[in-house]
Parts: sequence; C-alpha cells; structure tokens
Amino acid sequence: MTTTEEPALQFPLVRECPFSPPAEYRQIREEAPVTKVRTPEGKQMWVVTRHEDVRQVLNDRRFSANRFHPDFPVLVEGGNALRNRPESERSMIAMDAPEHGPARRAVLGEFTVRRMEQLRPRIQQIVDELIDNLLAGPRPADLVEALSLPVPSLVICELLGVPYADHEFFQEHTSRLIKRTTSAEGRREAFETVRAYMGDLLAKKEAEPTDDLLGRQIVKLREEGTYRRDALVSLGFLLLVAGHETTANMISLGTLALIENPEQAAAVKADPGRTLDAVEEMLRYFTIVDAATARLCVEDVEIGGVTIRAGEGVLAVGLAANRDPEAFPDPDEFDIERGGRHHVAFGFGPHQCLGQNLARMELQIVFDTLLRRIPDLKLAVPVDELPFKDDASIYGLYRLPVTW
Amino acid sequence: MKIIADTGKCVGAGQCVLTESELFDQSEEDGTVIVLNDTPEGELVEKARQAVHICPSQALSLAE
Repeated sequence: MTTTEEPALQFPLVRECPFSPPAEYRQIREEAPVTKVRTPEGKQMWVVTRHEDVRQVLNDRRFSANRFHPDFPVLVEGGNALRNRPESERSMIAMDAPEHGPARRAVLGEFTVRRMEQLRPRIQQIVDELIDNLLAGPRPADLVEALSLPVPSLVICELLGVPYADHEFFQEHTSRLIKRTTSAEGRREAFETVRAYMGDLLAKKEAEPTDDLLGRQIVKLREEGTYRRDALVSLGFLLLVAGHETTANMISLGTLALIENPEQAAAVKADPGRTLDAVEEMLRYFTIVDAATARLCVEDVEIGGVTIRAGEGVLAVGLAANRDPEAFPDPDEFDIERGGRHHVAFGFGPHQCLGQNLARMELQIVFDTLLRRIPDLKLAVPVDELPFKDDASIYGLYRLPVTW
Repeated sequence: MKIIADTGKCVGAGQCVLTESELFDQSEEDGTVIVLNDTPEGELVEKARQAVHICPSQALSLAE
C-alpha cells in the first residue's frame, strides 16, 4: 500500500453476533487480506487475515514480540501496561530470539503433555466437587460463577503456588486489565497492584521455596545464577492471568455451543474419544483471544504480496484466520468432525500458548463431566439476553444462567 | 520416509505428542521434542505429516 491516506477502518471491531466474527473480517480477507487500519491510539497498523499469512507473520523473526517497545501496536487507548516498563521486567511473552528460547525452556518442562496428564485426577476432583455444589444449589444458577471461573482459577493457583484465598483480588484486577473501557490510568494501577502482590508472594517463596512452579523456578534459576525477582513476577503474572481468564471463557462458550448444538453434544456424550475434537472446534470457532497476536516489524517483509516496513505494527487476526475458507471449508459451521487442529486459536510460532495442553485438559474434563452429570443442562434465558464480553480483549461471557 | 526434528527450533507446544504419542514425546527437562520412531510406516505416515503441518515453529520436517 503506497497511499498516505488515513485508513477508514478502526480496530478492534465488535463481533457481528456472539457466534460470528466482525462482518468486516470477511470483506478484508477477500478484498485486501493484508491491509492498514487505525488503532484506538490514532496510529496505523497492518492487519493480516488469511490463515496462511497469519501463520507466516507469527513464525517469522522479522516480526518482534517486544511489547515494551513504544511503537508496539496496541488496541486500547493510552497504550498497554507494558509499554516503557523497565527491561528487568521482561518475560518471555515480550522476548525475541535468541533470548526467548532459553526463557521459555526454563519453564516448558512444567507444561508438557505428560505433566498435564499427571494433573488429570486432581482436575477431575475439582470439577466433580464444583458440580456437586452446583447440583446442591438453587436453580437457575450462573455457570460462570459456579464452574467456568473456579476450575481454571483453582488449577492455576495450585500449579503456580498462589493462595486460592486471594482469587477475588486478582480476578477483579484481571478483569479491569482486560476490559477495553478501563482507562490507561486504571490499567496501570491494576497492573502495579498485581505486580506488588506477586512480588510479596515471591519474597516469601525466596525465604522458603515451596514445591510449586514458582518455588521450583526460584530454586532452578538461583542454581543457574539467573534469578531476577522482577522477571519472575512478570512470568507469574502472565501465567496467572493467562491461566484463568482464557479457559474460564472457553468453558462458558463451549458449554453454550454444546447446548446450542444438541446433536453434536449427543455425539460427544456417546463417545468421550470425541471430546478433544469438540474442544479443538470450540477453540477455532470462538477464537477468544483475537487481538493478542500483535507484532512490530523490525525488517521489511513481504506478506501476501504487500511489503510491510520495519517500524510498522502488525496484527495477525486469529479469528479471521480461523474462519478462512481456504483453511477450513464452511468455516462458519460449528462442526466437531472437521479435524481443524491447524487453527491458530493458541497463536502460532515460538510464542504459541505455553499452557495450551493444560487448557485442553481442563476443557476436556469439564465437558465430559458436565455432559455425564447434568445431561439436561439448558439456558435459563434466551441466547440474545446473554451478556457477552464485547468490551474485553478476551471474548467470553460475564454470566451464563443455566438450569436443568 | 524419515522424520527430522530440529530441537533448536522446537518450542515445546506438544502438538506432535497430541497428534501421535507413538512417534513423539517431550523432554522432561525442557519440553522439547523427542522422536520415538523416526521411520514411520503405514497409518503412522499420515500422522507424521499432520504433526509436521501443525508444528507451530516448523521444527519438524520429512525426508522422503
């Protein structure tokens, strides 16, 4: 694009309906799949919408993940909470090669498929207890409160070694952080508050290392001589936030998808071997983290026939890619049989979600257990009255009133 | 056919293990890929192709 005109379209866009991407995504993908838009800060940014191009952007070293850089594109006014933070706070999400690989590997052993499998009995126990409570309580009930939030929150707290008793505190601050309507000042304040909390927690673990992810990281990094509290605060913060908001919203939306598609729910119920396929399709279909895969171009690159210049911001639009008919035939159909594991709901490239196999495990156990224990679960209000998170950077539901 | 894994590129997403645990495992130490059987035959050939396609860091390739 050589024009210097101001692009007409401003991101982020709102989904057309709870189950459909913003209408503009299709148009952009078909007419100009790599195109310039405006950000809420009044800057310009490229958006990339085809599945193939999104994968290329996210796996190319010429696009930097350095969220601390002042030119890194952000989709909220006033910049993200990471902009211009001190270098010492950099964690893997904001690193590039060659720094990123070793940082990710330091914690990767905690998230392997095998390690997640070892958590299965405990996650099952958590889900069973929460469903016991749900069944013993009044109808209708809010599934978000009863199941969607506590499952991932309990699991990530145990994994990290964060007291679950503090969950209301960090959930409240997290929801302020991901709400687009929160002011820049409010975001910074929430950010500082959670950082301070995590710093105090790590100080205690430094004095007496606990057998949990954060405690083990302290021991391991100290042995290597690379321990920095600031960096581990960032990592702990990242895992805590990423570990509950995302999975919680997928539990709510996935449950809704099962209720709205009873034939497919029956197929999953009849054969739990299909649950993971259903989970992959839910991930693709909703792509709740649609706007987190921004990058800063650091060397000129050609993507989809367009030259992106060093210094320009790019957003790889996951939801547009996951509805690209070139990659997923009949992309707007929810179809657990489609075999769409090549979706980019967890991102792509070196930063692809570290906790993806934890998320899969939690979702699989929740849906298997829900279908078995509350087979007649239904909505207590019409779909169009459900409060969807159109104003948050992670899509989902504020409440999901259900009955049975 | 031979599976080639570049552990330097691997980011330990575990997608290959999910695709076929007879072919792939992950190091307990740093989560990177371990190829359990680098010469798949029969049905495993298609699984290997799928793993190569899905791998987020393109750390896997096939030599025909």
